[in-house]
Amino acid sequence: MSNAELTADEVRQSHRHIRRRKVLAVMFVAPLLLFIFVTFVAPIGTMLYRSFYHPTVAELIPDTLAELDDWTADSGQLPPRETLNIFTLELKLLANERLSGKLAEEINRALPGASSLIKSTARRLRRVDDAELQSQGAARLFEVRDDWQQVEVWQAIKKSGAVFKTDFYLTALDLERTPAGEIVQRDTQIYLQLYWKSLKIAFYITALTALIGFPLAWYLANASTRVANTLMILVLLPFWTSLLVRTTAWIALLQTNGVINSTLISLFIIDQPLEMLYTEFATVIAMTHILLPFMVLPLYSVMKGIDPSYFRAALSLGARPVPAFIRIYLPMTVPGLSAGALLVFIISIGYYITPALVGGTEGQMISNLIAFHMQSSNNWELAAALGSLLLLLITVLYWLYDRLVGISNLKLG
Amino acid sequence: MAHYPSYFTLWQKLGLTGVKLTAWLVLLFLILPILVIIPLSFNAEPYFTFTDGMLALDPDAYSLRWYQQIWHDDKWLLSIKNSFYIGFMATLIATVLGTTAAIGLSSGQLPLQRMIMALLLSPMIVPLIITAAGMFFFYSQLDIAGSYLGVILAHAALGTPFVVITVNAALSGFDYSLVRASLGLGAKPVYTFFKVIMPLIRPGVISGALFAFVTSFDEVIVVLFLAGPEQRTIPRQMFSGLREEINPTILAVATLLVLVSALLLLTMEYLRARGERIRSGQY
Repeated sequence: MSNAELTADEVRQSHRHIRRRKVLAVMFVAPLLLFIFVTFVAPIGTMLYRSFYHPTVAELIPDTLAELDDWTADSGQLPPRETLNIFTLELKLLANERLSGKLAEEINRALPGASSLIKSTARRLRRVDDAELQSQGAARLFEVRDDWQQVEVWQAIKKSGAVFKTDFYLTALDLERTPAGEIVQRDTQIYLQLYWKSLKIAFYITALTALIGFPLAWYLANASTRVANTLMILVLLPFWTSLLVRTTAWIALLQTNGVINSTLISLFIIDQPLEMLYTEFATVIAMTHILLPFMVLPLYSVMKGIDPSYFRAALSLGARPVPAFIRIYLPMTVPGLSAGALLVFIISIGYYITPALVGGTEGQMISNLIAFHMQSSNNWELAAALGSLLLLLITVLYWLYDRLVGISNLKLG
Repeated sequence: MAHYPSYFTLWQKLGLTGVKLTAWLVLLFLILPILVIIPLSFNAEPYFTFTDGMLALDPDAYSLRWYQQIWHDDKWLLSIKNSFYIGFMATLIATVLGTTAAIGLSSGQLPLQRMIMALLLSPMIVPLIITAAGMFFFYSQLDIAGSYLGVILAHAALGTPFVVITVNAALSGFDYSLVRASLGLGAKPVYTFFKVIMPLIRPGVISGALFAFVTSFDEVIVVLFLAGPEQRTIPRQMFSGLREEINPTILAVATLLVLVSALLLLTMEYLRARGERIRSGQY
């Protein structure tokens, strides 16, 4: 139908009609969109922001940092006396408010060893008169410790004072900046190794779920409806059971005096209990159990739609069963296999609870370290940087999933 | 075993039997770990394993003491109350917002549909540890960390994707001319929603609500980061129990939770069957 058949007024009217329906659709979606923005997107944004915004030092010694603005270490000279005086005043104030330890901890990250220097100096400055520090602070500083005459100390203070920095990302990637400003690898590689290990564990779990999920899905898809529906309950019950319950079950099974060990011992298969709990093996086996339904369900729904006569035709035309399976049946299951594999991979890469409870030290994944920096070491900025990198990884996988499977095709139950 | 077609060779029959056997083993792998905790929860001894008495089926080796312990422990009682309260409130918010949004999404009139859908479903995809850390930062600034409001809002956000998906699926075969007919006959929009749209998508809405409830009921990480001691939930209590002092009270709670999930599963299956009937027009 071309516009020529309609009058200008009719065209306008139909445009208005379409616009009204669009506005209506937006009005229906807007409340949830707003809600998700406030409760979910804003928190994620805050985390991304926190990964390079670090105002702690700037809040502790604002005046010193303002003075240090004009000073650079390249000259090889110490900052001017006045700057040092102001620093002693601020350090005394911090010492009296019991905040000097926090400053020491922060500076120590830029210059290992600075912690004791700052703490001992702060203790000594507590009793010194303000007026004296105002005029003679620098001299007092040098009296307490010689180290204050080193340019590196002041450079470290200036560096820690920067409010926006990429240092946490460097740490998260096991890199560091030398005093000269070059980016080099750290001596101890922690985080990259852990990312690598998380990817490896996620890969094992994905491969295992595919390997054992495939025959099960095939059997369910080819059984009679009554049998399939009954057996489906055995797949869905674990799916609906609390994650904590399933993890508890694996602890009961795997521990030293647990069900598996006592069974094997009473059957005289082994005479010493196997150490299975708190290992990488425990993480992999428990998570395979937990995530298996996510593989079986999409595989089942794809296999249900495959006409068995293709495979039969191949056989009756003389193909041998294994090649026929690989070249005829397997390619038709790829949509279900890829959907399940991506889903399992995405979920397992960011898993926290199960590794934390059954993984011990060797079965930890990247999420566990993020939680550690959030809760125990209180290095929130590093946790945020590690989280941002993980988020980037997940976003790529999510995009891939949307491309290959289509996010709207996600079905539940 | 089943009858194989006569043209199958012996090896093919053996191969098929092998696949079926594997399938059954995998089914056992899925269900046994869950079933094993049920008898263990009746253990008379404070162990996580079968005692000799239990294996000999000695009645004295079994007891209900761990179930009694739940009722005498204020922490468990508080966490049970909290789980249901937080779950209920979060489900309410998620269901109302998610259903409304799904109706807008399925109308096909929304600009940037694909992007908005991806955004609305992202709480389901982003690892919970990241969500929890972000929420901790942001909700602390709003001063709602460590409060019921904070946990409820967080759980509602995590539950909405499930509602959007299930209601969207329920609406996939929905005939919008019904709405036009209702409006054309003079019904008010609100009346049309409750009398025309709602009866047709109710199974989808209820199963979405159940998903949202389970999401909240099962969630630990956000609770770990956001909740104070007052807002402890069942999984949070189990988590610290498993880390600190393992005793079979956890197994008793776990057994009760398995019963809850069996109930949920039956409800979901019933709803699915109903939804299929409605969509195929046999209502």
